[in-house]
Amino acid sequence: MTTMSETIIKIDSTGVYYRDLNARLREAITNGATKIELQNVYGQRYIGTDLNQPVEIEIFGTPGNDLGAFMNGPRIIIHGSAQDGCGNTMNEGEIIVHGRAGDTVGLSARGGKIYIRGDVGYRAGIHMKEYQGKKPIIVIGGTAQDFLGEYMAGGTIILLGLKLKDGQDHLSRYVGTGMHGGVIYVRGNIPKYHLGREVGVAKLNEKDNAVLKEHVTVFSGLFGFNADDILKSNFIKLYPRWLRPYGRLYAY
Amino acid sequence: MLFEGKSMKNLMSINNTYNDDKVIDACSIFGAMDRSGRRFSGEGVFKAVANMHDRGNGLGGGFAAYGLYPEHADNYALHLMYLSIKSKLETEEFLREHFNVVWQEEVPSRKTAAITNPPLVWRYFVDVPQGLPENQSADDYVVARVMEINTSDNDSFVFSSGKNMAVFKGVGYPEEIAEYFKLEQYKAYIWTAHGRFPTNTVAWWGGAHPFSILDWTVVHNGEISSYGINRRYLEQFGYKCTMYTDTEVIAYAVDLLLRKHNLPLEIVARVLAAPFWDEIERMPEKERNLMRAIRQTYGSLLLNGPFAVVIAHSGEMIGLTDRIRLRPLTVGEKDDMLYLSSEESAIRLISPDLDNAWSPMGGEPVIGKLKPDAQIHLEDEKEEIVSR
Repeated sequence: MTTMSETIIKIDSTGVYYRDLNARLREAITNGATKIELQNVYGQRYIGTDLNQPVEIEIFGTPGNDLGAFMNGPRIIIHGSAQDGCGNTMNEGEIIVHGRAGDTVGLSARGGKIYIRGDVGYRAGIHMKEYQGKKPIIVIGGTAQDFLGEYMAGGTIILLGLKLKDGQDHLSRYVGTGMHGGVIYVRGNIPKYHLGREVGVAKLNEKDNAVLKEHVTVFSGLFGFNADDILKSNFIKLYPRWLRPYGRLYAY
Repeated sequence: MLFEGKSMKNLMSINNTYNDDKVIDACSIFGAMDRSGRRFSGEGVFKAVANMHDRGNGLGGGFAAYGLYPEHADNYALHLMYLSIKSKLETEEFLREHFNVVWQEEVPSRKTAAITNPPLVWRYFVDVPQGLPENQSADDYVVARVMEINTSDNDSFVFSSGKNMAVFKGVGYPEEIAEYFKLEQYKAYIWTAHGRFPTNTVAWWGGAHPFSILDWTVVHNGEISSYGINRRYLEQFGYKCTMYTDTEVIAYAVDLLLRKHNLPLEIVARVLAAPFWDEIERMPEKERNLMRAIRQTYGSLLLNGPFAVVIAHSGEMIGLTDRIRLRPLTVGEKDDMLYLSSEESAIRLISPDLDNAWSPMGGEPVIGKLKPDAQIHLEDEKEEIVSR
């Protein structure tokens, strides 16, 4: 089942239990693999968890929940969709999803980059955070369902809405509820009443535009879009109006 | 006297070694429907729900199947669980007294290593007697008898009571229950499935999903924190909660709203997962007034707490989550097939090339109906006839 050519490992995941699959990933990487292909993946959880090498893992199929959880360095490419909890608390690395992603993409992420070609479910970027040089980034090609950036504490979310029709709003309601850090750049419209009360709206400044350009260019390269076309559109910037919105709530 | 109403039984007298478990995690739900009415083997469904094995913990598994009894399509198919021979004898006497029993048999099962100490499970194909009071339909009559049996002194519980459908369930993983009840021998045009991870209530055979009344069945992932309010409201209409778990109220609520109050499915979804008031205030006037009326009239049937459910009855399968989607639900479509699942991977395992896969917004129902020209028929008529 495992074939080796130089350092590229191919694993047929049919019927392999998630713990065994992750053990084999660890083993392969310990043995020096730099590229791993997982075929026939159907729902195995935690793929790539606790890996801390700059390895590339290509997944064919539908990986299970918490893909790349606590991951620290690898690059995961999914030819399919990701389920819930993709990039959960990841520290460093990249997750590239050619399909869509389920709920809570990048929850509590503290670093790394997540690129999703399609739509995402509920609570993308929930409680994402940043510290000094560590800044997680999520780029979403489609639209997002409710509670985008909920309790967001840091990092950057870019929502591109590439499949929205002219004049069509993004799906998400309660955007940035409890947001107290980080920034969300949105192409397309989110009605004001769907923004959390902690969220401010602004135009992008030069620094914002530079950040946006950098990540949209990477995104476009990955999925075959024209970055200039995307960047020509109007973007808005969502930011937290207060860094400690509930600072007084528990103060006696 | 025998069936004098008592509300709940003492479960401590029931074989149940798991009543001290309280672990918080997820259940798995799955549904598959052929909207052309083609009846298909459930083996793909067993495989799909088994792929979500880790969502459950072996303390409950079950299936609902529709269209599996064409030879008795016009009879109510009562599926009963008995915890003792005595209760079986007593309840069978009750059935003979209140129904015309056309056919009865033990639900076939096989000995397996996984299923220990199973109860007796029998099925009865029955007609209701002639000359019911004018204000009581045959369905009403059946519901009343089911409530009598479920609240009786003896240890008999109705697993399902609809026409041309059945619920098979028990304590075990769903794939183990499928094996135990030999479900590979049935064909149906809707299958729903559940793997249980009991949260707040005991694990016993009656507490496994699906829950049902008449041909309504519900499989549920989540917790209904409004159970107390929902239950008290439903009791006013004669529904008695006897299964020691929250999901039961959904089955009765759906029966009340759809069958008794004759509301369209789209409205029922708005009762169970009502839009928030701020959203209602932004609606156009007509819709706003309707939503206000719904919330005012049926406030006690609002399901609070996290849920994803697959509800089914003859000809329809519905997926619904709570308003802020605290439990997952993915929809897959391939030609006439409609799939609902806690996880997309389970659908793709049995149907890799879906035309479409998405997750509906919280509170937005996904409704699968038989197509207008649909006919309930076998996967391969010829083969079936030969094999008989």
